[in-house]
Amino acid sequence: MIEVRNLRKGFGDRTVISDVSAVMETGKCNLIIGASGSGKTVLMKCMVGLLDPDAGDIIYDNLRFTGMNTGEKKEMRRQIGMLFQGSALFDSMTVEQNVMFPLDMFSNMTRGEKQKRVDEVLARVQLVEAHRKFPAEISGGMKKRVGIARAIVLNPRYLFCDEPNSGLDPQTSLVIDKLIREITLEYNITTVVNTHDMNSVMEMGDRIFYMYQGYKEWEGSNQEIIFSKNEKLNAFIFASDFLRDAKDMRMLELKGRISDQRDMDSMLRES
Amino acid sequence: MYFFRHFGSFILMIRGMFSRPENYRMYWKELMHQCVELGIGSLGIVSIISVFIGAVSTVQTAYQLVSPLVPISTIAQIVRDTVILEFAPTLSCIVLAGVVGSKIASELGNMRVSEQIDALEIMGINTRAYLIMPKIVACLIMIPLLVVIAMTVGIWGGRFAGQAAGIMSYEVFDRGLFKDFIAYNVTFALTKAYTFAFIISAIPAYYGYHVRGGALEIGQSSTRAVVTSCVTVLLADYILAALLLD
Ligand SMILES: Nc1ncnc2c1ncn2[C@@H]1O[C@H](COP(=O)(O)OP(=O)(O)OP(=O)(O)O)[C@@H](O)[C@H]1O
Ligand SMILES: [Mg+2]
Repeated sequence: MIEVRNLRKGFGDRTVISDVSAVMETGKCNLIIGASGSGKTVLMKCMVGLLDPDAGDIIYDNLRFTGMNTGEKKEMRRQIGMLFQGSALFDSMTVEQNVMFPLDMFSNMTRGEKQKRVDEVLARVQLVEAHRKFPAEISGGMKKRVGIARAIVLNPRYLFCDEPNSGLDPQTSLVIDKLIREITLEYNITTVVNTHDMNSVMEMGDRIFYMYQGYKEWEGSNQEIIFSKNEKLNAFIFASDFLRDAKDMRMLELKGRISDQRDMDSMLRES
Repeated sequence: MYFFRHFGSFILMIRGMFSRPENYRMYWKELMHQCVELGIGSLGIVSIISVFIGAVSTVQTAYQLVSPLVPISTIAQIVRDTVILEFAPTLSCIVLAGVVGSKIASELGNMRVSEQIDALEIMGINTRAYLIMPKIVACLIMIPLLVVIAMTVGIWGGRFAGQAAGIMSYEVFDRGLFKDFIAYNVTFALTKAYTFAFIISAIPAYYGYHVRGGALEIGQSSTRAVVTSCVTVLLADYILAALLLD
């Protein structure tokens, strides 16, 4: 469980995160959604300590991360895995070396054990034929998967993903979302995902935090989001006619009204 | 004000480099990698420059030294001393500031901009220690070695040019070469080499590590890194000469 308490962060005299509080639960996918520039990345970077918040606390399972010294933070970070918005793979290393790097640095495994673990996680993210390729030689979706593999290779307790599916086609996006969700459940970790992808929100939003200009404007589950009356949220998330229709459909479905085909037809005619 | 702010964060960066390595083997591997990359990689250019500098010194000194009262072997002495005192350490390091400096600045800049440095930090690695320290140490090991090679190759170039241009034979050159040799000059040159090695690795590392923005800024910062380290090398050259040579 990760707790964010009254977090505040600004650059110069510009406030980017204002008084955000949130509780991210273990074994769930916690989504931070919001328009471009709403402060998702900054919030995530504050949570992992890449940026120092101006005020507020970050608490990892009763450990106050914000009060820790450099050494303690370093210790804490061994339990954190993060996928960056731009993947951030080491471009002087092959895919395999990228994933092996955390093991080389922090484990006492033998060469064989490390290799086995790397093969295992790469298979987990469905990458089996790219071991010896360099990051420049693989596609964006593959890079994201390598990034995920590298983030989970040390079995973290907390997984952060900054826009895991930005710039990917819908199908690959789904594969990656599914992967993140499965990993979360499988290892019972606390996962935090930044996204503005509607599919992700619906598919894996166990808990959703909607950021609007640095404020937490709304919070709830992917069931609740359908019924939300929050105008800013609705304008953001159901932005197109297509999505509004999809929302209406899902709403009916959830209300259990689509019991038979005839009923639905009549309702569609009405609207 | 600008200077003090940068100087302050430069000092902080250097101080941040000293922490217990997370894994000694990985640090050692990185150090060796940097030694090869920065040291061996610059061997070619340093040798070429030194040969020509030595050769030109001989020819020009002979041209300027026209008095029949001065023995011709004095030219060898002059070439030896200028190469050891100035050309090998200072000129090589100016060139290395370009070669090594831009490499360090752009490598770190690229890692910063593409969030690779953040990725390392998230793993719980002290990036100043893991990325910057090995580069500085590699330069401190390799650049003095390169300077010694530059001295040898430079003097050899001078000796060769003396013979080739018909100024003096190898025997005459060698006689001058070993006459009144002051060992302290080599010590002085190595002192310079160590100082310059630190300058041309630490300053570009500072610029690269603190890049903000994108590809354009990486280029700008590596240019700035090279210019700043060149000027600093020359400044340090003057200060060291004033302090250590009387
Ligand atoms: N290092 C920084 N210095 C100054 N301003 C920054 C910095 N990082 C982010 N900002 C500002 O903070 C705001 C929020 O940025 P952030 O990257 O968190 O947006 P985001 O929600 O992740 O957007 P996107 O969906 O496009 O990734 C932006 O307006 C940005 O200009
Ligand atoms: Mg972002």
